[in-house]
Amino acid sequence: MSFVERTCSCCGGENPEKARIDAILAKYAGVKGALIPILQEVQSLYNYLPKDALEYVAKQTGTPISQIYGVVTFYSQFHLNPRGRNIIRVCQGTACHVRGGKNILLALEKELGIKAGHTTDDLRFTLETVACIGACGLAPVMQVNEDTHGRLTPDKLPGILAKYQ
Amino acid sequence: MEMVTLTINGQTVQAPKNSTILEAARSAGIYIPTLCYHPELAPEGACRLCVVEASGARSLVASCVYPVAEGMVVKTNTPKVRAARRMVVELLLANHPKDCLSCQKSGDCELQKIAADLGLRKIRFEGGARKAHTIDGSNPSLVRDQEKCILCGRCIRVCRDVQGMNVYSFANRGFDTIVSTAFELDLGQVACSFCGQCASVCPTGAIVERDDTEKVWDAINDPDKVVIVQTAPSVRVAIGEELGMEPGSIVTGKMVAALRHLGFDKVFDTDFSADLTIMEEGYEFIDRLQNGGVLPMITSCSPGWVNMIELKYPELLDHLSSAKSPQQMFGAVAKTYFAEKAGIDPAKIVSVSVMPCTAKKAEAARPEMCASGYRDVDIVITTRELGRMIREAGIDFKHLNEEQFDSPLGTGTGAGVIFGTTGGVMEAALRTVADVLTGENLPHVDYNEVRGMEYTREAELEIAGKKVKIAVVHTLKSAMAMMERVKNGTADYQFIEVMACPGGCIGGGGQPVPVNAEIRKLRREGLFDCDRANELRKSHENPEIIELYKTWLGKPLGEKAHSLLHTHYHQQIR
Repeated sequence: MSFVERTCSCCGGENPEKARIDAILAKYAGVKGALIPILQEVQSLYNYLPKDALEYVAKQTGTPISQIYGVVTFYSQFHLNPRGRNIIRVCQGTACHVRGGKNILLALEKELGIKAGHTTDDLRFTLETVACIGACGLAPVMQVNEDTHGRLTPDKLPGILAKYQ
Repeated sequence: MEMVTLTINGQTVQAPKNSTILEAARSAGIYIPTLCYHPELAPEGACRLCVVEASGARSLVASCVYPVAEGMVVKTNTPKVRAARRMVVELLLANHPKDCLSCQKSGDCELQKIAADLGLRKIRFEGGARKAHTIDGSNPSLVRDQEKCILCGRCIRVCRDVQGMNVYSFANRGFDTIVSTAFELDLGQVACSFCGQCASVCPTGAIVERDDTEKVWDAINDPDKVVIVQTAPSVRVAIGEELGMEPGSIVTGKMVAALRHLGFDKVFDTDFSADLTIMEEGYEFIDRLQNGGVLPMITSCSPGWVNMIELKYPELLDHLSSAKSPQQMFGAVAKTYFAEKAGIDPAKIVSVSVMPCTAKKAEAARPEMCASGYRDVDIVITTRELGRMIREAGIDFKHLNEEQFDSPLGTGTGAGVIFGTTGGVMEAALRTVADVLTGENLPHVDYNEVRGMEYTREAELEIAGKKVKIAVVHTLKSAMAMMERVKNGTADYQFIEVMACPGGCIGGGGQPVPVNAEIRKLRREGLFDCDRANELRKSHENPEIIELYKTWLGKPLGEKAHSLLHTHYHQQIR
């Protein structure tokens, strides 16, 4: 069933999500080059870009869906899969690398049971790598959401992760 | 036009002010190799193979996008240029499968030719592992192999700018860049018409027609099967080209001979069923005209076009003629009328068609195309595949003696043969409709008003004292523009012909490559020559058609015709 046809699960009325996307589209109606801001705002609704939301945007803006897919896959800010409630960014930059950043990544992958770039099934964590977060003095480091954790060792990780539900 | 004078390789060249170095060079007969450039598509400047030295530029420039200037000095063949070109090709080959010997595109591959031209004997680089992509064979028409893609973007441009279908886009970034459909779905799962224009412009084997030649060989080798073949109008002016003859060569008789050599039991002509289509479609048009049917009526013999309207304009499906395409009508008649006449069990007949078209493979596979109880058409091969079979069989095509089609499905008129070009179906229909409406045998057969290569043409004609306004469009992008007009009521025509490919079937996605406007023109002239050379110029004068109606079908739009020769359309959601 397409996004537009889907009805609200509580009242059976028009999908309320559709109204939210319509509001975004209305804001940019007739604005040239508005695809990226539209996608950013749609993504802020879901934390990622669901396929049928993109199809709806394509239809309403007259932008070919293939082109939208090209834009979404080009920019790392856009995500096609659901994101976790907590985003882990583990640094693989030069300073972290020489101080064992790779081992931190491997330990996180083992602890969470996912590879970098993926999200746990319970949507609790998304694990990503970054090239540098500008905290080289604390290497090896990772960020969880807005918090920075430095001088990491693999055995510190379970304790840190436990703080984020 | 304002001209500038420049020097290329010491030769003085005049070129229009807005032209590129490449255009100026080609007009002066100077060859610069290209890959991403295509003469009929917007230049992209992506591959850098066409680099040259140009005065005033700090480094080598891509001649396909670099504009000419007064007094410019260009060198296309210096050590620096050659080294750069070799580097470009070496880097492409570093990531390209080295399976040329067994690649379907071998012999027609532009990358292979350029590597040979540059004399590359050793590839100094080995590319990192590219993301492995599965081969997309999800549909009956086209096969994509991402490993062979060099990211030239021609398929993206032809699908977007000529066909308006926008199936492809570049996805991802940097080393991970691929040409992709939306969500990397297979072609069979996205809104693709299967027209095959992407395969026609692809310089490598990354997009090719699905090769069904093995199925044909198997059928021919099966002693229990009666294998019959039909050949589309435009194949007779293109198969010679595929086999090394001049573009536009008319090789009808040699083609028939070659098909017999291959082992087909009967060699028939789609021109015959094109005439049959005109009978049904022509009478349908008269019926709609006189009895208040849905107008404008739109032709339905181009399956790429039918896919497009089913995908994008389902609300307009009532405008489509319900007449099946000549390919399908042929199949339906072959397994009924011909089988009866020849005393052959239709279950034993394998019906093969040779088409200029990749979408015809998908058309034959439509579930509803079996009104006789048997598949109308079992196997569809393109002109290119027939060429492959003839080469494989070692047939010396150029020196074959000409032979005639078999009867009773082998006679076609001039009206049938021009089905292969844009405007041809309209012209063929007008010839019959005018005679039927006036009840006369009119001497007028050449409808020059509908001939031409402009993407959208229209004319107002007087037929039997009535004004009839008609339009002819080709390419799917032009068809979309026309459908918008039909939707908003500004298309005040009674009859519209649509063909999906540029130039119609002569420019079909299954035709020999490379193709360009000049080659399409030569093929089209070949068809008009066939038309003029035929004593029979009107479909309703075809003696085999007259016989078919008299002894078996009854009358056009009759009950039997309706069940066998007409079809219905439905919205496609992909």
